[in-house]
Amino acid sequence: MDVLILSRIQFGLTIGFHYIYPPLSIGLGVMLVLMEAAWLKTNNPVYHQMAKFWTSIFALTFALGVATGIVMEFEFGTNWATYSRFVGDVFGSALAAEGIFAFFLESGFLAVLLFGWDKVSRKVHFFATCMVCLGAHFSAVWITVANSWMQTPTGYKIEGDGLHARAVITSFWDMVMSPSSGDRLFHTLCGAWQAGAFLVISVAAWYLLKKKHTEFARCSLRIGLTVGLIASLLQAVSGHVSAQGVARNQPAKLAAFEGLYNTTSNAPLTLVGYVDEQKQEAIGLQVPGLLSFLAHDDVHAPVIGLNDFKPEDRPPVSSSFFFFHGMVAIGTALILVAALGTFFSWRRVLAQKRWMLWILVFSVLGPELANQMGWFAAEVGRQPWIVYGLLRTPEGLSAVVKANTVLTSLVLFTFIYLLLFAAFIYLLNYKIQHGPHEDDLVPHGKLALPDELVRSKERF
Amino acid sequence: MITFDLNTIWFILVGVLFTGYAMLDGFDLGIGALHLFARKDEERRILLNSIGPVWDGNEVWLVTGGGALFAAFPDVYATVFSGFYLAFVLLLFALIFRAVAIEFRSKQPMRWWRQMWDIGFAAGSVLSALLIGVAMGNIAWGIPIDDRGEFAGSFLGLLHPYPLLLGVTTVALFMMHGAIYGLMKTEGELHDKLRRWAMNSIIFFVVCAAMTTMATLLYVPHMAAQIRSHPWLFSIAIANMLCIANIPREFYHGRDFQAFLSSCLAMLTLMILFGINQYPNMVFSTPHPENSLTIYNAASSQKTLHIMLIIACIGIPVVLAYTACIYWIFRGKVKMDRHSY
Repeated sequence: MDVLILSRIQFGLTIGFHYIYPPLSIGLGVMLVLMEAAWLKTNNPVYHQMAKFWTSIFALTFALGVATGIVMEFEFGTNWATYSRFVGDVFGSALAAEGIFAFFLESGFLAVLLFGWDKVSRKVHFFATCMVCLGAHFSAVWITVANSWMQTPTGYKIEGDGLHARAVITSFWDMVMSPSSGDRLFHTLCGAWQAGAFLVISVAAWYLLKKKHTEFARCSLRIGLTVGLIASLLQAVSGHVSAQGVARNQPAKLAAFEGLYNTTSNAPLTLVGYVDEQKQEAIGLQVPGLLSFLAHDDVHAPVIGLNDFKPEDRPPVSSSFFFFHGMVAIGTALILVAALGTFFSWRRVLAQKRWMLWILVFSVLGPELANQMGWFAAEVGRQPWIVYGLLRTPEGLSAVVKANTVLTSLVLFTFIYLLLFAAFIYLLNYKIQHGPHEDDLVPHGKLALPDELVRSKERF
Repeated sequence: MITFDLNTIWFILVGVLFTGYAMLDGFDLGIGALHLFARKDEERRILLNSIGPVWDGNEVWLVTGGGALFAAFPDVYATVFSGFYLAFVLLLFALIFRAVAIEFRSKQPMRWWRQMWDIGFAAGSVLSALLIGVAMGNIAWGIPIDDRGEFAGSFLGLLHPYPLLLGVTTVALFMMHGAIYGLMKTEGELHDKLRRWAMNSIIFFVVCAAMTTMATLLYVPHMAAQIRSHPWLFSIAIANMLCIANIPREFYHGRDFQAFLSSCLAMLTLMILFGINQYPNMVFSTPHPENSLTIYNAASSQKTLHIMLIIACIGIPVVLAYTACIYWIFRGKVKMDRHSY
């Protein structure tokens, strides 16, 4: 195997593994803010217990996110040095801004969130939780901005030529507000909120199935399902908007997503199916005109097909199609699951519907898979470009790194990440089986409730 | 000699970020290096918890330093990171292992589990410190760079005696720094043990520092060139010596915080010496000095440097303010509770 494919596999592996954790941190961050807000407002200690339990899960995902995140920042330089030289002027500033505005905020206040329970007042702790959540969102902002610039570069000019060519910034705000960055940020955040919400839903449903920690589970489910439903509905809106953006900005990518070879008006949308690359057509259940309508709000609008692009400018079709359709299918299923769960929960029959609880337990896999597939679709669909229209992926490689070296690091990364993943799942399972701590129902120290509230606790 | 243009300001700012990293993550890498000397489980937990609330904030200095290097000097970032490929991959593994070891270690009571993560934490910390030192040593010594600006050496070529000596010195420095930090966070029996380790690591560091200084003056003459041509800069070397000498003095009088401060200042002055003698080179090329990457030929455009300076001016004061708050909230001796590692 050559250095190109090895480097691509390594980047895919490390970013895919990393991307298990940040969405969970972002989503759980939102959940923690809501739980602590509910505790501050109602003084119901079950919210305190929830906040503490989910904080310990948050700590686990955060540590892995940090550990695997440093890799990403180094890897642009180690494996994609020519790319780094080419984009440093533009892309580097987004990464540096992420460090200064997001990571410091997140990690600084994380200390208070994790270890500050007895050291600061409830309000200060709530503030720290909000800051951690905000920091996590900021990091999503900057990294999505950086990635979106690779999809739809704006606000730059090219200086030099050949090996010395590089993109130089002309307008910072044009770079930040590239045509796709808003849509893609919204889409990424919805996915992250879903990841956090469905983790909470899944664990709470498990407790209800096992008939333990029922009060804790019911309150967790209520918050989880609410956020999960809202995020899933927003995700449908954002998915539609993003796809229209792709149709405008990266038509070759949309054509690959849908396996559309010939430019057609009244283009059909394939609901389920596959692409026959030999016959150049998508095969499966199709709705005529729907793709034209979704992409351009008009059933008769022509949708550009892959044959309008030179063969060397086309992304891989089958895999783009598969990842994109997988993501859409899961996204749709999550809306149904969240809606049904909310309905049963509202009718107060959820605890009796064991089949539904089982679905909710497994629903945690949905956002995880959809987030991964979505990113794979976005990045595979950008091929053969590393910066869309400007730099091809093979041109971005490090000039001095040999295939054997990359193979060595790839094998080591695979081994270490498998070990970490096993340890993570083991600890996550341990924490979940252990459940929330009973002591947390009686907050003490600086967090203790005023006496009159404790005496009137029966109210709750 | 120094013109305060944007390139120079960014040279200084990148230096500030890496110095901040050395001062802050330095002590928690040092705690890691000392970790296995503590034999009892309880003692190891106290050591872990002394850095518990702050270690990942400290690591952010490295991440931000890397980001700033990428943005301000992309060619340096590209050449060094691709050139030092295996060394940096090893550094990443070391950093990953120590990070997750801190988080995972005390979550299970089994002996083998804790033993495994203890070793991961200690080995990861020592290896990180060593590799950071080796990288610095290579930058000081100079690395082969071809006329395209690409690294022209090999991994084994990076492991010659001078960088290795700097690597060991870095380990010694961080061990000393960590031991003194530990003194501020512990009490009782463990505190007394740390006092012995601090004593030993101060001696270890002073010996290493003396050897490194000699080796630098003998074998790496360009690392003293600026001071030779501007004798008043020798005052920084004196300040550095005084800071180092002040560490055992404060330590002897039991003023742990002052000793820690001295250790920080020693790092600061060392980095200033390093920076001044590098300037205006970012990466010195040997044997072809004309291929060196400087703060001018490896930098981003003026516009980017300008934008980034605005970002830094907004961001850094805020970061310093809440970092100080966090350290204030978690001041004093470690008290274990249910949330501890």
